[in-house]
Amino acid sequence: MAKTEIRMTGSGGQGVIMGTIIIAEAAYEDGKQVIQCQAYGPEARGGSSKAETIVSDDRIHYTKIKYPDLLLSLTQESLNKFKDAVKPETIFVVDSDIEVPEEIKAAHKVYSLPILDSAKDVIKNKMSANIISCGVVNEITHVATQEAMERAVLNHVPKGTGDTNLAALRLGGQMIRDYEK
Amino acid sequence: MSDKRFQLLQGNEAVVEGAIAAGMRFYAGYPITPSTEIAERSALRLPQVGGKFVQMEDEIGGIAAALGASVAGLKAMTATSGPGFSLKQENIGYAAIAEIPIVIVDVQREGPSTGLPTSPSQGDLMQSKWGTHGDHPVIVISPSSVQECYTETVRAFNMAERFRVPVIFLMDEIIGHLREGCEMIPPEELTISNRRIDRQFNGTLAYAVQEGNYVPEFAPFGKGDHFNVTGLFHDLDGFPTNDNQQTDSQERRLLDKITKRRDRIQKWEEVECDDCETMIVCFGGTARAVQGAMDEAKKQDFFKIGMFRPITVWPFPEEALNKIIRSNKHLRQIIVAEHNDGQMVLEVQRIVEGRVPVIKLGKIDGTTITPEEVLKKIEEEY
Repeated sequence: MAKTEIRMTGSGGQGVIMGTIIIAEAAYEDGKQVIQCQAYGPEARGGSSKAETIVSDDRIHYTKIKYPDLLLSLTQESLNKFKDAVKPETIFVVDSDIEVPEEIKAAHKVYSLPILDSAKDVIKNKMSANIISCGVVNEITHVATQEAMERAVLNHVPKGTGDTNLAALRLGGQMIRDYEK
Repeated sequence: MSDKRFQLLQGNEAVVEGAIAAGMRFYAGYPITPSTEIAERSALRLPQVGGKFVQMEDEIGGIAAALGASVAGLKAMTATSGPGFSLKQENIGYAAIAEIPIVIVDVQREGPSTGLPTSPSQGDLMQSKWGTHGDHPVIVISPSSVQECYTETVRAFNMAERFRVPVIFLMDEIIGHLREGCEMIPPEELTISNRRIDRQFNGTLAYAVQEGNYVPEFAPFGKGDHFNVTGLFHDLDGFPTNDNQQTDSQERRLLDKITKRRDRIQKWEEVECDDCETMIVCFGGTARAVQGAMDEAKKQDFFKIGMFRPITVWPFPEEALNKIIRSNKHLRQIIVAEHNDGQMVLEVQRIVEGRVPVIKLGKIDGTTITPEEVLKKIEEEY
């Protein structure tokens, strides 16, 4: 039974909730079983926000994630908050501005990527960091096909921003392929 | 709006889609977390299908407007959370005595008063049955998945129409805000019930039960004979009466239409209850943690666990629970897991009558019960 649990974290407004919805929708369109949920309330305003997607070949019963297979953090605060709820196999993806404690680097696979800077400087849209993140996450986990990811992105971004966001998605995937070289 | 048959939806959104498939054409309410997406999607979707959405001045206005629409012949719904559910209680009683079909969604939040607006809870279980005063008929349905938000909302409307009663759709934040796959089954593939319409009451009176039916026929206001609608006990013409015999026969009929036909209303799920040693009774979103615990238990060498899940929580599937207790000779304990301080456990204890120990696993801190907590409780009590 293949089951992948993804936790995306950042600060309110960075779009990590939308990121998990896009991944979930793409995987669902590919015929997988999916769950998406997020923290609401004071926890979701400002400070750090958290959203989760579970993708599985089989029916998913429990709706929450205890220890994710992949933890993505776009801010230092969100990494600090969620770094301990992990298992030895958890893969970390963090923005390159974030300081990752040595013990995490020693024990886990950690991708440190310029997600926020690339959104600003390459895509020229700060708001595309979550879409870059989707490309990164899917390139590592392969929970959905690229075609389904692109359709899901177009389904959720504002009209007129489709091309920019598709470029962001592809840039995310490219970052991982370059990283692995 | 996508017309795909399979869609990724939030539980709250699936309720609206199920309601529209069932024929809902009127929604009135006042938005409140964690039910707000129901109002939002109703506002978007109803105009697309020729229906009406009204945001009222408060929750009381919401249910009152929905009742008015129903009296005029439309299938109507309102949705709220705990604080609004308390405000709607008077009109739920009105729907019960005046026999007005309506679906009321309560997406529960933690605590009394305004409590914890965004945290899951199941503390309104008893209120859903007894919140409005006096003996009254009510049907309460609680979904455990986004798919059930769709299909069970259809059933909620069917029950409201067939029995002319208020039906409470009792949700929790776990399912209301969960996104998962949902099959948008089109109306032509569903069983859809409609109240029986007779614009002239077959020459009899508005509240007379005609041959072959168990509720009076219905004449939509504006399209049939006028009749009086009141919250007082009334005669067959709908006018108030103090007559004890008429009061008794009306109250008995209101209660009997549910209790005598409960086998058509009760619905539940049994998972491995035949030979389990511990049976967990749960409903709504809590069932997902219980199923998670069952998955974990299978990986370990753990006790045999079963799950009994009322989908219709009121009237409680009492006969089904009794049957398991009589036939399962391995059963050593029942644990009732719920996000409150012990409400369903009271009903289960009443039914079990001490034949096996019935223990509560309650939680009221605004977090969800986890599979680990379920397994720990089983071990502690074993």
